[in-house]
Amino acid sequence: MAKKPIVARRHQPWADDVHKVFRDMDVRQMAYVPDGGLARVVDLCLADRKMRSVLLTTEEEGVAQMAGAWLGGQRGVFLTQSGGVGNCINMLSIIQECRIPLLALVSMRGQWGERFPWQVPMGQAVPAALQSAGVIVQQVDEMDRVGETVAAAAHLAYHSFRAVAVVISQRLTGTGGRG
Amino acid sequence: MATKPKRRSRRITLERRAVVKRILKDRGDILVVTGIGNAAQDTAAAGDHDNNFYLFGIMGGAAMVALGLALAQPKRRVLVITGDGEMLAGIGSLATIGVQKPANLSIVVIDNQAYAATGGQDTHTSAGVDIAGIAMASGFAAARTIYDRAELEAAMADIRDGSGPCLAVVKVHVKPTPRVALPNDGTWTKHRFRKALLGDAAFE
Amino acid sequence: MAKTKSRSWPDEIWKVLKDQDVAQVAYVPDAGHTDLIKRCIADNAIEATVLTSEQEGVAMLAGAWLGGERGALLMQSSGVGNCINMISIAKECRFPLLMIVTMRGEWGEFNPWQLPMGQGTEPALEAMEVIVQRVDDADRVGETVASAARLAYDSGRVVAVLIGQRVIGFKDWRK
Repeated sequence: MAKKPIVARRHQPWADDVHKVFRDMDVRQMAYVPDGGLARVVDLCLADRKMRSVLLTTEEEGVAQMAGAWLGGQRGVFLTQSGGVGNCINMLSIIQECRIPLLALVSMRGQWGERFPWQVPMGQAVPAALQSAGVIVQQVDEMDRVGETVAAAAHLAYHSFRAVAVVISQRLTGTGGRG
Repeated sequence: MATKPKRRSRRITLERRAVVKRILKDRGDILVVTGIGNAAQDTAAAGDHDNNFYLFGIMGGAAMVALGLALAQPKRRVLVITGDGEMLAGIGSLATIGVQKPANLSIVVIDNQAYAATGGQDTHTSAGVDIAGIAMASGFAAARTIYDRAELEAAMADIRDGSGPCLAVVKVHVKPTPRVALPNDGTWTKHRFRKALLGDAAFE
Repeated sequence: MAKTKSRSWPDEIWKVLKDQDVAQVAYVPDAGHTDLIKRCIADNAIEATVLTSEQEGVAMLAGAWLGGERGALLMQSSGVGNCINMISIAKECRFPLLMIVTMRGEWGEFNPWQLPMGQGTEPALEAMEVIVQRVDDADRVGETVASAARLAYDSGRVVAVLIGQRVIGFKDWRK
């Protein structure tokens, strides 16, 4: 399902670094619910013929898919916005219980200049909610550190059989904030 | 175009253990993911196998685990054996799977129209919700509801070899079945499953 | 290990729901709540709705409140993990929400898969600033649910009563 990227690089320049990590680490499956914060990452994955990207009806499906991918010998990455994290807490049980690697990218809302109040409750709860489910949280809010953080998280997840979430600050995604 | 599903009041003739045993007969190299509860029990009763991955939690997640597996292993047949309650808890995954159209994936829903594991409360299917209908409407290649042995036999080709995704709801008795011992340490079954499937590559 | 008391605590909860004029109860079937569910289904004054997944109940009871009715949400601890995002609506709009949760994965649990959510329920709820009130004695269940209900309905908060596994007793698959 190749698609030409539609989100310009200048809006989310760190996205290309992230996709390169997926390539380097042989990530073959991606699961997502459409999200502005990770739009360019999604587009690059959709255009990548080596990756199979699955559109979810709700985020918890993606956690289960990642477990299945690992059982089948493939690495995957799960993309979600902060709100979606709150749908996944129970599904993360399989990751903890079976020690299956999970690499997740979370784009934050309700955090930096957010204009929509309904995003704030879940946005503020993301790190604590993830940690309650045994997920290692690695936050990043500098443009030139996103790539290295995702790379480090990927290594940690795949080699140590853990769930690791890279939480990308709203400051970097440019969604839901001022203007 | 869409019509209200007819409430069928057909006699329930099938017994769950016999159904699953039949479905897994001469299983070859089928990979099986089970849903929580009775489905895991039924699958183990048909014979524990390195190619079985049993779930004991994450209600609603079985079909998506199977999708991830099916996409990773396109040359292998992947079969989900689950219950009606578990399938309904993740009903959106039928849409997700319908979009991806994995040819090697089949889902079998053993429907006793009750939540057996938690006290036998009624489920949505006992009120007429048609899971096979939802699957067809979601883009599945084939989906049906099975009430008797003849219909089960007629469905076997699709379930085991059909170009999928396929789904079959099998209506069974609510009668209790004897408990079977099966491994529930998910870390262990994960390694067992991957070693059998991937050989040494499992540890790379 | 024996259960702490005879199973009258579901009846105690039902009495509280009646006292508090709870008109809607939403549930996903759960062994620990079987008796209470049956009571609610049999009660003509309570609309009991079976859910496919717990988060449906959070949304549904927000709607109930909009319509002027009080509700209660029954679930097992694993179901809490499905609700965390949906609780945003209750938090954001200051809707009351009374959650009555039977705990697994903490007292004599035999199913290892229950442990993650069993141990994670409290911190997950607290991440969303849900007020958590635990009860581990059968004869305190009634008063705890009563106080949680008043807190929820009168102060527009999300309150979760966690009924400890010690109260439920533990289910053994092997029997």
